[in-house]
Amino acid sequence: MEAQEFKSDQYVRFCPGCGDHAICMALQKAMAQIGVPRHKTAVISGIGCSSRMPHYLNTYGFNTIHGRGAAIATGVKTSHPELTVWQMTGDGDCLAIGGNHFIHSLRRNVDLNICLFNNRIYGLTKGQYSPTSPKGFVSKSSPFGTVERPFIPAELVMGARGTFFARTLDVDMPTTVDCMVQAHQHKGASVIECLVNCVIFNNGTHSWIADREERAERSILLKDGEKMIFGKNKDKGLALDYSTVIPHLIIVPADDERVLVHHAGEEDPTLHRMLALMGQERYLEVDKQQTTEEAGLPIALGVIRNVEAETYDESVSRQIAEVRSKAKATDFDALTQTLETWKI
Amino acid sequence: MKNIVVRFCGDSGDGMQLTGNMFAQLGAELGHEISTLPDFPAEIRAPQGTLGGVSGFQVELGSEVYTPGDKADVIVAMNAAALKVCTLGSHFNHPQAHFDDEFALYHRHAIVIVDTDSLSDKDLEKAQYHTNNPFTELDIPESVQIVPVALTTLTKEALKESGMDNKSMLKSRNMFALGLIYWLFDEPMDKAIHLLEEKFKKKPALVAPNTKVMVDGYNYGQNLALNINQIHLDSQTNEAHGTYTSIAGNKATAWGLIAAAQKASKQLFLGSYPITPATDIMHELAGRKDMGVMVVQAEDEISGACISIGAAFAGDLACTSTSGPGLSLKSEAIGLAVMAELPLVVIDVQRGGPSTGLPTKTEQTDLLQAIYGRNGECPAVVIAASTSANCFDYAYEASRLALENMTPVILLTDTYLANGTALWRVPTLAELPPIHPQSVPEELKGKYNPALRDERGVRYWAYPGMEGYEHRNIGLERDAEKGTISTNPENHEQMVIARKHKIAQVVDRIPELKVIKPAGANGQSSKTDCLLIGWGSTEGHLHAAANELGCDLAQFNYIHPLPRNTHEVLSQYKRIVVCELNSGQFAAYLRSQMPDIVFEQYNEMQGQPFAVERIVKFVQQH
Repeated sequence: MEAQEFKSDQYVRFCPGCGDHAICMALQKAMAQIGVPRHKTAVISGIGCSSRMPHYLNTYGFNTIHGRGAAIATGVKTSHPELTVWQMTGDGDCLAIGGNHFIHSLRRNVDLNICLFNNRIYGLTKGQYSPTSPKGFVSKSSPFGTVERPFIPAELVMGARGTFFARTLDVDMPTTVDCMVQAHQHKGASVIECLVNCVIFNNGTHSWIADREERAERSILLKDGEKMIFGKNKDKGLALDYSTVIPHLIIVPADDERVLVHHAGEEDPTLHRMLALMGQERYLEVDKQQTTEEAGLPIALGVIRNVEAETYDESVSRQIAEVRSKAKATDFDALTQTLETWKI
Repeated sequence: MKNIVVRFCGDSGDGMQLTGNMFAQLGAELGHEISTLPDFPAEIRAPQGTLGGVSGFQVELGSEVYTPGDKADVIVAMNAAALKVCTLGSHFNHPQAHFDDEFALYHRHAIVIVDTDSLSDKDLEKAQYHTNNPFTELDIPESVQIVPVALTTLTKEALKESGMDNKSMLKSRNMFALGLIYWLFDEPMDKAIHLLEEKFKKKPALVAPNTKVMVDGYNYGQNLALNINQIHLDSQTNEAHGTYTSIAGNKATAWGLIAAAQKASKQLFLGSYPITPATDIMHELAGRKDMGVMVVQAEDEISGACISIGAAFAGDLACTSTSGPGLSLKSEAIGLAVMAELPLVVIDVQRGGPSTGLPTKTEQTDLLQAIYGRNGECPAVVIAASTSANCFDYAYEASRLALENMTPVILLTDTYLANGTALWRVPTLAELPPIHPQSVPEELKGKYNPALRDERGVRYWAYPGMEGYEHRNIGLERDAEKGTISTNPENHEQMVIARKHKIAQVVDRIPELKVIKPAGANGQSSKTDCLLIGWGSTEGHLHAAANELGCDLAQFNYIHPLPRNTHEVLSQYKRIVVCELNSGQFAAYLRSQMPDIVFEQYNEMQGQPFAVERIVKFVQQH
């Protein structure tokens, strides 16, 4: 199938230069690669810039209300597990007003592919700080800087016992498409944190790694089963330093025998969490974000966690099938026969 | 005797609900009509023997039973606190009790069976008596026959060879009382034992000891020839021939949805969050996987509605059950279903409010919230069940109207209907009205959009999985032609009118209003100028009041829209009294719809069902 087949006839209304354009194209490509027919694909969203996405895809789509995308997507997928269900959401929609539905869809492990567009700002309501804005962030609703501690989405996903977490960057089309395809292949709730730029209200929020030259040194693309190596010259690797009470990640030469191999399928989330948190301190406080000093650990991109667990939607259907296969009564008239009745 | 009202009261751990239900069910099986009123405290287990922990169950048995009755003929009180609560009702905390024929909760010649083992000084103190003579203190008239029974001692005596520990033995006290009541009504013990075996089917070890205690209770009455006369209920139901069972409102609601889903060939999907008094609907449906029912216990009320909207978007008969606070939380989501024009059944089992209010008590205070309580102009269908048994019919009806008209339908029931039981004639699926869920014509394949409507103004329904009908649905305003997002001013106005029209045309699909004529002395009704109006669960009380007053009764089940002939019917009466368990919401709504008609109103807001006598008195005196 071709990406073109998944484009709707709607004019794409993201601002010129917005990172969402790239994610939209990546999703169309991913859908073509995945090959599930359009009528068996449903794209659910809440409210926000990211939630406009269903309009630009020629599948079934539902642009709902603020924050509730995860709940509505849960209903679509649970009632009809044969459908492929995507959820488009942003850092406000998903982590503020929709936080409860988000963590519970992960806890239940509903087989959803959730694209979490993180631009660290409310764009559609024109520039308020979000749950991922660093502390001290100046916005229209925080003219003197925020005094709030932000979320790190990966940490929230793992805290909710999420089974799949990937991180990608709007300007990195191949990685984005790959993460989306892997999210689809993964059975269970898959979260792809798409780092997107808001050209109007938060321009350059991901510039630390958006620049291709810098990206090689400041980020690492994790690949399952491969050594954790990065750098312009592929000369650096990641290893665990056991000299502290709690081991921590360090950078070592690429040929060091201690360089770790990435296992996205490892049940224990400890290392996945450590990898996902690399370089995130820069997004906790504005002061740290503005520092120009060398960053230390690279920001992890790619599929960080990908473990199998029984999905909620399958379990619900399986339980019903099991009960029905043993039940004496499976329709209404038979059900009424089980009542204690009398004639008048 | 024709009709009899029995009230059981005990500690919330005394098993009064079970006892009352067993008594009611046996009565129903013997051919009497029943109406029950469970009344239990909000606390799971208040301290034993205290007033706050008293759990009550009232039942009326006989023929032409419309309500659980105003006044008890027989009272069973398991302890001192129960004696106080079941004779004084919610006025138990008033310092001075004076028996008053009009307002008393029992007749002057009632029989009061009380456990004398639970009237010690300590018991009296816990129940906040000020003297050591509870009967005088409660001003129980001498004409009342007090039957003191050492229930605790006798129960222990019955079980002395069972090897059970003291605590377990005491749990069977209710069965001794039940046996005694069975004796009082001269009911057949073989059927009573069979029923007990059914009730304890899942706990077989408890069958033998409870049977022993119950039979001993019966024999106690028999052998000691208590100084009271046995009561013979000779009334038989006037209900139509058929197969009957007794059913609680919440279960009937759940079964109505099951039947509707099967009739419509749709998967039944419930997204719900636990809330008193609606939770039994979820319990029942979660247990009906044999019927293919899919239930998601959501993370909150909003999610309960939204998960269901997801299932509706995907083509299911989707429902969400809740009570008032939950309806508030679901408002925005219901608005989405209105805007996206998806079928959704919302069941609001009303309780006393506002806020957390009176979670276990009954009230009719969500009416205006159901009709109007959403942002924007956001019309939905609102209907109400009026008996515990017809919760089945109106849950079925809510499903039919939702699926055929692509709209949320809010079904109002309440605590009184939900927990109460009534005689239910068991229908077959074949005899239930047909349901034709909205679909989409084949010729729209490849040309479909979510704004396309049929000649009634109901949009066509296509859902994921259907090839050639892919579309994007929205909570934003949509273009009336193309179905895409539109902010065009004229278009919005057009769509507001289209949504309103869609609900208004539902009037063509609901029955006309029928007036209930009072049953006169000779069964003939006479012409009257006076009409009582009620809606929902007050039907039984208003029917009884109308009979007594010789007034006609219009009991509304269809609220929004109102039946087509409403104005025509109402304009025939000189005097109209709207009776509600709120401060006048339906009256206000009717005035807004029919400004030329004068509506008087009678309202109670005590978290309790009406008392027939009070309605009668009001109508006579005003």
